Amino acid sequence: MSDRRNFLKGVVAASGAAVAATALPTPAEARETKQRPPEALGLLYDATLCVGCKACVAACKQANDNPAEFSTVDQLWDTPLDTSGKTFNLIKMYRSGTMETKDAEENGYAFMKTSCMHCADPSCVSACPVSAMTKDPKTGIVEYNADACIGCRYCVAACPFGIPKYQYDSPTGKIGKCELCRHRYKDGHYSACAEVCPTGATLYGKTSDLLAEAKRRLALKPGAMAVFPRGNISGGKDQSYENVVGNYQQHVYGEKEYGGTQVLKLSGVPFEKVGMPNLPPEAAAAHSESIQHMLYGGLVMPLAVLGAMTFVAKRNVHHDDDDQKGEN
Amino acid sequence: MAANHNAHHAPAPVGGNLFNATTFVCGVLIAIMIAILAVRFIFGLGAVTNLNDGYPWGIWVVVDVVIGSAFACGGFSVAMLVYIFNKGQYHPLIRPALLASLFGYTLAGVGVIFDLGRWWNFWHIFWPSYSNPNSVMFEVAVCISAYIVVMWLEFSPAFFERWGMVDAKKKLNKVLFFLVALGTVLPMMHQSSLGTLIVVMGVQINPLWQTKLIPLLFLLTAIVIGYGVVLFESCVAASAYRRKIELHLLEPLAKVMLGMLALFIVVRFGDLVVRGALGYAFKANLVALAFWVEMLCFLAPFALIGSAGARRNPAKLFVAGTAIMLGGIFMRLNAFLIGYDTGVGVDTGWRYFPSVPELMVTIGMFAVEVLGYIIITRRFPVLPREDVQVAH
Repeated sequence: MSDRRNFLKGVVAASGAAVAATALPTPAEARETKQRPPEALGLLYDATLCVGCKACVAACKQANDNPAEFSTVDQLWDTPLDTSGKTFNLIKMYRSGTMETKDAEENGYAFMKTSCMHCADPSCVSACPVSAMTKDPKTGIVEYNADACIGCRYCVAACPFGIPKYQYDSPTGKIGKCELCRHRYKDGHYSACAEVCPTGATLYGKTSDLLAEAKRRLALKPGAMAVFPRGNISGGKDQSYENVVGNYQQHVYGEKEYGGTQVLKLSGVPFEKVGMPNLPPEAAAAHSESIQHMLYGGLVMPLAVLGAMTFVAKRNVHHDDDDQKGEN
Repeated sequence: MAANHNAHHAPAPVGGNLFNATTFVCGVLIAIMIAILAVRFIFGLGAVTNLNDGYPWGIWVVVDVVIGSAFACGGFSVAMLVYIFNKGQYHPLIRPALLASLFGYTLAGVGVIFDLGRWWNFWHIFWPSYSNPNSVMFEVAVCISAYIVVMWLEFSPAFFERWGMVDAKKKLNKVLFFLVALGTVLPMMHQSSLGTLIVVMGVQINPLWQTKLIPLLFLLTAIVIGYGVVLFESCVAASAYRRKIELHLLEPLAKVMLGMLALFIVVRFGDLVVRGALGYAFKANLVALAFWVEMLCFLAPFALIGSAGARRNPAKLFVAGTAIMLGGIFMRLNAFLIGYDTGVGVDTGWRYFPSVPELMVTIGMFAVEVLGYIIITRRFPVLPREDVQVAH
């Protein structure tokens, strides 16, 4: 009886130690949340400037060769209700009560752009087992390569913004998401959504420039007149114009969320109400990779456990064989 | 110890007819599954599943792979007991447990292909220029694939004995200790990583499951489920084949299981308290309810088979094994689906419940497992020889 009790203790202690040792990442070895590359490219979306014309939605479809998607019976024009494997950019609407005032939380309405945020430390890139989702080291653009993709949709599950989307209606479905129109750069173009935006609500440029511009706007007096750039803030011809300063929430969304994103947002309505989740400053990818590196870094831990197991098994399995010979 | 070994009967085929009501039903279910899979591969995942961009993973991933492979941990749990903790008396349980594991894992591996949207690229995971070692799924895929190979090798003596391949068996026996060692390390790696899969989903996973200790929780439950499955399966095999139940083995095994289970409960609640996440268990919502269902399943075995007397009662062992399996099901469903809030507090309108064809494929995979188990135990030396047969 005491033999059995000792054995039980042994089982619990040994298994417990083995698994506990492998499951507790120490802060020293933790992988820090990555920051944006210095030359990171992105967008600044200012909901108070957006008039909801959806020119950016149409331009995105055209630039990415995507078909129209319908949500009405007559199917007359492109009416997607959310981003999808074939819709990479969408303007959604917030409505409250009488919808009298634009950008008011109560009895108001507002717009919000939905597209890839190009995270500094993207969950999708960390999740992808085959490097089909990668982050360009210079521009920081989160890129997708369908030829590498196995269609596991781990990126879809991992993204807190619900951005990578899969084409479920096809036997050879791909992931679809915004890649900041990187395929148009060689022709001197930039993100189609920013190119066509008539009010500068979607602005293209280096994230460092965009962040400075966002902070400039937050410092302006609501209701006053101010100059707003349009198109590309980091180059090209000056298309700036005068407009009324919005009543902003004092928060640049994307400055710190999940370690920061390259697409930044300003809004008059609290971000959570317009579909932008409340995220901590540490990226989930950092937590996940800390655990992975801790357990499998250099294969040290698995090889050590394998060595120990081989040693013990060698003794016990051999003994077992002898018994079987005795039986035969 | 040696005397103990010699007292066991060597494994022998059960024999008997392969065509009966059970195998016929399995055959029909498998045919239905094949038809549904044909539609899936011709028209895409959307044609047969309810998968969507809010819930890109459904039961083909969570049940067939995550739960299926946990249920296949009997081989690993018993092998640890016999070879690592040198408890030779459990030896007769090894082959049947290994067989169930073999099927569970092989089918989990095959089942992944059904779910992969671009399955023809599957080999990229193993190809160095594509593979991403930072990805938890990379680790899971490589480890599970390696383990499937290791298990077939571990089980191959059953085939060698049947076909009289004495030399092959001898050669394999020389390296068996290494296969056994690999066969304990690989499941430790991927069963914990199956839990780590949810870490990168971050705040989308309810704090009741989103913890850095999730790999440890998944590993501990996988081991406990392994013993639970052995209890369940020993009772079912004994009743289906009208064989004696191996109570002298199951009673102490159940005790080992309770020990591991107690360790798990301590770690589980300790983690919730330390992280300050226990409050989520007392909210009035479906997720909190699902948490308590999971916990009750894991706590039930203490009430059912806490005493030595109760552990000699086959019915109670069977129910306790079933409770553990249900706990494992709920824990994995909760962590991946019920506790998964795709919009992070914002209702994005996405819902998921498996479609009938989706369910039929999962049921069909289970039928393959049952059919394979019947064929192999009837024709190959897996279960210990019964006295009646020796007399013949």
